[in-house]
Amino acid sequence: MSLAAIRPSTAIPWGRILSVAEYFETMDYGPAPESDAEVRAWLATHKSSFGHFIGGSFVPGAKQIDTNEPATGKLLARIANGSKKDIDAAVSAARKAQGPWEKLGGHGRARHLYALARMLQRHARLCGVLESLDNGKPIRETRDLDVPLAVRHFYHHAGWAQLQDSELSAYKAIGVVGQIIPWNFPLLMLAWKVAPALAAGNTVVLKPAEFTPLTALLFAELAHKAGLPPGVLNVVTGEGATGASLVEHAGVDKIAFTGSTEVGRLIRKATAGTGKSLSLELGGKSPFIVFDDADLDGAVEGVVDAIWFNQGQVCCAGSRLLVQEGVAAEFIKRLKRRMGKLRVGHPLDKAIDMGAIIDPIQLKRIGMLVDKGVAEGAEKFQPEITLPAMGCFFPPTLLTNVETSSTVATEEIFGPVLVSMTFRTPDEAVMLANNSRYGLSASVWSETIGLALDIAPKLQCGVVWVNATNLFDAAVGFGGYRESGFGREGGREGIYEYLKLRAWAARKPKAVQRVEIEADVKPNFEEPSVDRTAKLFIGGKQARPDGNYSRVILSPSGKIVGEVGEGNRKDIRNAVAAARGAEGWSKATAHNRAQILYYMAENLSARSDEFASRIKAMTGISKAKTEVEASIQRLFTYGAWADKYDGAVHSPPLRGVALAMNEPFGVVGVICPDEAPLLGFISLVAPLIAMGNRVVVVPSERHPLAATDFYQVLETSDVPAGVINIVTGGRDTLLKTLAEHDDVDALWVFGSNENSANAEKLSTGNLKRTLVDHGLATDWYDLASSEGPVLLRHAVQVKNIWIPYGE
Amino acid sequence: MAQSNILPMSASARNAGVAFDLDWIEDLRINLSASERRVASLPGRRSVKKDAQAAWLLKAVTCIDLTTLSGDDTASRVRRLCAKAKQPVREDILEKLGFAGRNIHTGAICVYHRFVKTAVEALEGSGLPVAAVSTGFPAGLVPHDLKLKEIEASVRDGAREIDIVITREHVLTGNWRALYDEMRDFRSACGEAHVKAILATGDIKTMRNVARASMICMMAGADFIKTSTGKEAVNATLLVTLTMLRMIREYQERTGFKVGYKPAGGVSAAKDVLNYQILMKEELGRKWLEPELFRVGASSLLADIERQLEHHVTGRYSAFNRHPVG
Repeated sequence: MSLAAIRPSTAIPWGRILSVAEYFETMDYGPAPESDAEVRAWLATHKSSFGHFIGGSFVPGAKQIDTNEPATGKLLARIANGSKKDIDAAVSAARKAQGPWEKLGGHGRARHLYALARMLQRHARLCGVLESLDNGKPIRETRDLDVPLAVRHFYHHAGWAQLQDSELSAYKAIGVVGQIIPWNFPLLMLAWKVAPALAAGNTVVLKPAEFTPLTALLFAELAHKAGLPPGVLNVVTGEGATGASLVEHAGVDKIAFTGSTEVGRLIRKATAGTGKSLSLELGGKSPFIVFDDADLDGAVEGVVDAIWFNQGQVCCAGSRLLVQEGVAAEFIKRLKRRMGKLRVGHPLDKAIDMGAIIDPIQLKRIGMLVDKGVAEGAEKFQPEITLPAMGCFFPPTLLTNVETSSTVATEEIFGPVLVSMTFRTPDEAVMLANNSRYGLSASVWSETIGLALDIAPKLQCGVVWVNATNLFDAAVGFGGYRESGFGREGGREGIYEYLKLRAWAARKPKAVQRVEIEADVKPNFEEPSVDRTAKLFIGGKQARPDGNYSRVILSPSGKIVGEVGEGNRKDIRNAVAAARGAEGWSKATAHNRAQILYYMAENLSARSDEFASRIKAMTGISKAKTEVEASIQRLFTYGAWADKYDGAVHSPPLRGVALAMNEPFGVVGVICPDEAPLLGFISLVAPLIAMGNRVVVVPSERHPLAATDFYQVLETSDVPAGVINIVTGGRDTLLKTLAEHDDVDALWVFGSNENSANAEKLSTGNLKRTLVDHGLATDWYDLASSEGPVLLRHAVQVKNIWIPYGE
Repeated sequence: MAQSNILPMSASARNAGVAFDLDWIEDLRINLSASERRVASLPGRRSVKKDAQAAWLLKAVTCIDLTTLSGDDTASRVRRLCAKAKQPVREDILEKLGFAGRNIHTGAICVYHRFVKTAVEALEGSGLPVAAVSTGFPAGLVPHDLKLKEIEASVRDGAREIDIVITREHVLTGNWRALYDEMRDFRSACGEAHVKAILATGDIKTMRNVARASMICMMAGADFIKTSTGKEAVNATLLVTLTMLRMIREYQERTGFKVGYKPAGGVSAAKDVLNYQILMKEELGRKWLEPELFRVGASSLLADIERQLEHHVTGRYSAFNRHPVG
């Protein structure tokens, strides 16, 4: 297509225009168009054709693709389709800039981020209108939400840059960050990704979505004019393959992705074992729970904001309505009436609620899923409202009579489609809400504070809005549980995603271990010690291994020091089941958990000589006593932290609070290192259980006896059954089962580089959170790298509970 | 009790009221933050421009209760206001809007009892009703029997609408039965005259109080519920409007009666009144944009609308001195 053919067009079909006298009779709204002249002028200066933005200027791409206006289907501009070579160029520009950018220091970067915020504010309307045209979302949303929130993120993170040297001094920038963002909030997602990355001293290669690349290009251009040094922010446009090249690029230190769970899994797999950090913000099927004591009219408006915001193309859309049975009929009645008032139209019309769906492919998929829902028994309601005659539009849709087994109850539709179910009791509401692979957000409506605040912590998701929905702020972390991804964006919890611990960055690869050769046994006539063959420790009991094999444990000289059970798949299965069952531990008071950690320390102390001689016999090291002492201290440390690793109360701009709660993951698998067999074990298990997790631990493969001896400490320390489960045996096979187990929520692996790679690769089934050492040696005696918040941070996931209030 | 709350024969009949039933207000739940978000986002979701805006503003003119409620009111002041009410927009502007020869006047004139007669005379033949504020306006703390006498006197003088003030104490102490009885008496004293119940939302403060008082007054037969006297520290807001409109809707669903709504005080700019109209249309529907179900108590709003209408027909920004004062 020639460039002349894509000359800007302002011919928007606004519908019939009446006279004053006619409007006086009908009292219709009439069209309220926002002008697109400025945006058309900007596109014209680029001849509606764009390259990549690399190293501070536009660089033509070899191939070009179209980007269309969803509202009309017309071509908006042509953009470059990034190749491997383009990614190479962008990554090397980012690499070149990273050193000087980090060296600029927190205050220097704060000045830049502040300037970016001001720059966005100056060009707010240009950004808003461009976003509406490219994405199809209403100008109201880009003007009132997307752009102001993007601005807010830059201001907020200018603050983190300023405070980095004082507040985050144990951390440093990760390096070059590859960021892949979706088409539903193009500029806002750019802000969520770019602001923290740049604030922390990283440089960025950003890949916007193929459907919506224009605001990112505009942003890059404006940022350059605002003085952002070349190479600090690079934008490479293109399709999925461009994103894949970025993910696979060896010069990238971290990938941050927002998009579908399906692609998130691929990225997890592709980055496994590369040492790249990863944060994923994925899909959802978020519940919207209405109790019978809710403000029903308020909740109806909440539904509008939950599922008809951005045409329902929102990862945290409240797409599953759960209504208490007694008010369900009334609520649905009010909701249907409200739906009849929704207006769908051209995104630049200032009097609409919903604009266009992003692309005909997506439109087709939404229609298909709705049909499937109806075929599976759902009742479809669509109000009698008019849709624009042309363009990509879907009416607001409500599906009632939906059962949990229905496709539309479990699949993310990513469109303006709400499914509804009923519940009888608060317990049932929680059960239904959590009956999902996802865990992004939830909305809870009740006028009873006790009820709402009881429900919020029970919901498995990263964000809960009480009597509200889709509230966002840069000071409040956003992100998911379960298959909705990991990592947080916003707030203190979010900035860590773009930092690495200095102490860990300095780790060196582990020394290659010598393989012992079993020495010949020479029996004699001395009275033998009583045989002590360790079993496994599952559900609070010593259990014989399922396979009934054992493995011999040798001293460095090859002498047999004992035998342990050879755990297999089924033992892991049993251990995970026991851990899952020990849910009471996660609900126990922090004081209670602290008491038990101290009690463990007390009982370990009582046997310190025994443990020291065992460690000496296994490892041959001379500082065995020191290791036991350090282990006792570490138990004390986490006993101390159990009731002190507090969440936070964020201050978003509303009358209310956002409680950032540190919640346990649930069941966590732990692969212990061979170095420091007792201290390593304690260093990993103690922070996890202090925070309320239950663990399935595979102790050091070479030196497991300190852990098996520990059974007696556990048995005498009132540790509830199932909280700590220990399965000895071959690390590689046990790790595989744990990594693949879909009922394990997180996995910590301190072993070989290959172990780390496997843990990351095999964890994609349920996208469990992984903490791995990439085969690097941790100094377990160094407090900066192995004790306290550095690990506690990985033992919890932050849930933000938004509580607006007022009477 | 519940038996008497059956739907009346005609859904468009004047609100006859229903028997007192505490259940109707006990289940009311108002979430303040959610209400605030609704009114904060609505002006961004709806916009009326150009010809549509001119039409909406002209419609607003027909819903204005042009008001003077000052200690220094005199007969001549009231007569000037009545003249303005009859011809609120300059003839040449109306002509350009396509309304030549059409009888465009405000919804009513609103005065103290003392000036009802003056206003009735001034408005004779225009069809414009006179509304009187009665019942010890604005505090409403004179003896109950005097309130009823004041209403009767106003009706006798020719007032076709009576704006009563409720006893805020009944709301603040939760004495709903007393509020119902008081309102019932007012309604009955009005006879054929329509009654608007002023809740003084700035005094009763919380949205729950506003919602409950709205419902009780409707149950007791109010034809309109009205926010304020204009004398409280806080008068009409979009937030109390939302609360009251939702109660009107709920009352209609329960009884079939359509009750009108009147914000008063603080609505002084054309763009403000558009937001009220949008809220009426969105929460209640088209019917609530007509003077039968929507009034705005205002004194300076009209002047701003006149300027906007002139700007609409000339393309030039207008000035106050180009329009006859009311």
